[in-house]
Amino acid sequence: MRNLIDIMDLSTEEIEELIALAEDIIANPERYQEVCRRKKLATLFFEPSTRTRLSFEAAMLDLGGSVLGFSEASSSSATKGESVGDTVTVVSGYADIIAMRHPKEGAPLVASMRASVPVINAGDGSHNHPTQTLADLLTIHREKGRLDHMTVGLCGDLKFGRTVHSLIAAMSRYAGVDFVLISPEELKLPSYVKETYIKNKGIPYTQTTDLQSVMSKLDVLYMTRVQQERFFNEEDYLRLRDSYILTPDKLKDAKKDMIVMHPLPRVNEISTAVDDDPRAAYFRQTRNGKFIRMALIMKLLGLDKKEG
Amino acid sequence: MRVDSVKQGIVIDHITAGKSMQIYQMLGLDALECTVAILKNVPSHRMGRKDIIKIDTDLDLDLDVLGYISPTITVDVIRNGTVAEKKHIELPEKLTDIIKCKNPRCITTTEQEIHHIFRLTNREKREYRCIYCDAKAKE
Repeated sequence: MRNLIDIMDLSTEEIEELIALAEDIIANPERYQEVCRRKKLATLFFEPSTRTRLSFEAAMLDLGGSVLGFSEASSSSATKGESVGDTVTVVSGYADIIAMRHPKEGAPLVASMRASVPVINAGDGSHNHPTQTLADLLTIHREKGRLDHMTVGLCGDLKFGRTVHSLIAAMSRYAGVDFVLISPEELKLPSYVKETYIKNKGIPYTQTTDLQSVMSKLDVLYMTRVQQERFFNEEDYLRLRDSYILTPDKLKDAKKDMIVMHPLPRVNEISTAVDDDPRAAYFRQTRNGKFIRMALIMKLLGLDKKEG
Repeated sequence: MRVDSVKQGIVIDHITAGKSMQIYQMLGLDALECTVAILKNVPSHRMGRKDIIKIDTDLDLDLDVLGYISPTITVDVIRNGTVAEKKHIELPEKLTDIIKCKNPRCITTTEQEIHHIFRLTNREKREYRCIYCDAKAKE
């Protein structure tokens, strides 16, 4: 593994290794404090994403490394018309590893073709966001103790939600997983995602518009935001909006050990009253994001084998 | 109508009717000095109608382009007036700089001098997707 552009670049064995390393970092953070000493991470964020950038920077700092970079295109040479390829060629001379967020789909792949250091895709438009999926997988593993044999419900905007598509792709490789797809008609999972990762693999799935009717079956409920701008008319949005807002009352039907996940930021799709429920895993999920990014940085720098 | 048979050259046969000009342009046949015959709407038992291109010189063809444009195509290499070789055409696994990505959000729309590359994702449906953004290829 040299770059991480798409979650499917990783084999299930590599994902297992990353999860094991992240678990060890969580258990023994002091052993990793100096692992990346004198190493530099460049965070090239051509569009703002405070959460992901801070997570990457915190990950590198916790490994004893340093960070440099920019947080929006206006403070980069992209405003002067410099290509992505040229930018990363230059940055390869300054940093040991690059995390890139870019509004154009495929920009990190282009970067990885030109860079002489590892490139991590930190989100390219509405296309891929593999470190979010790694954070999701670590969360499921930590909370449930496994990644196989479970019913995963995905709720909300399944059409445009890139985190949903990547999670389905990643989870489709584990035995005994079945999916429950909960969304309004307008925001159903795109057929190519369904065919590639669910139907063609013979994975059982249920498709519904009614969250409550399937709540009791779920081991994982992955919530996403239903955005008003995705609807053709306001009437439809108002009709459907409330049915996808998770409240303590709706959780009454859920299993006692179900977990609620969300890539965040949330707006109103999970009531704040749910936060105190032990099943609410979304803030733990963001913390896991930092730990899995630490593991990934170590692995891409070839530093994972020296520890332990 | 009569077109002399090729003595030394290439016959691209069984082209889907109407596609010959596209192939002519994509293969850059306009740059050749030799005789090139384009036959359109030739009656065919198998296809009803077909196009044929006859090229009066031996040259290296990009078979990937041909396979993508029309999978029914056959290519005969003619030497001394007889068929010396029949080239097998398959749908290529990868297309480089043959089609362009039309997704406005794709990096290929802004990044200069990068190759437009598509990979075959479904052979039965003849479906290609951009390696950068995964958008389906549109002709």
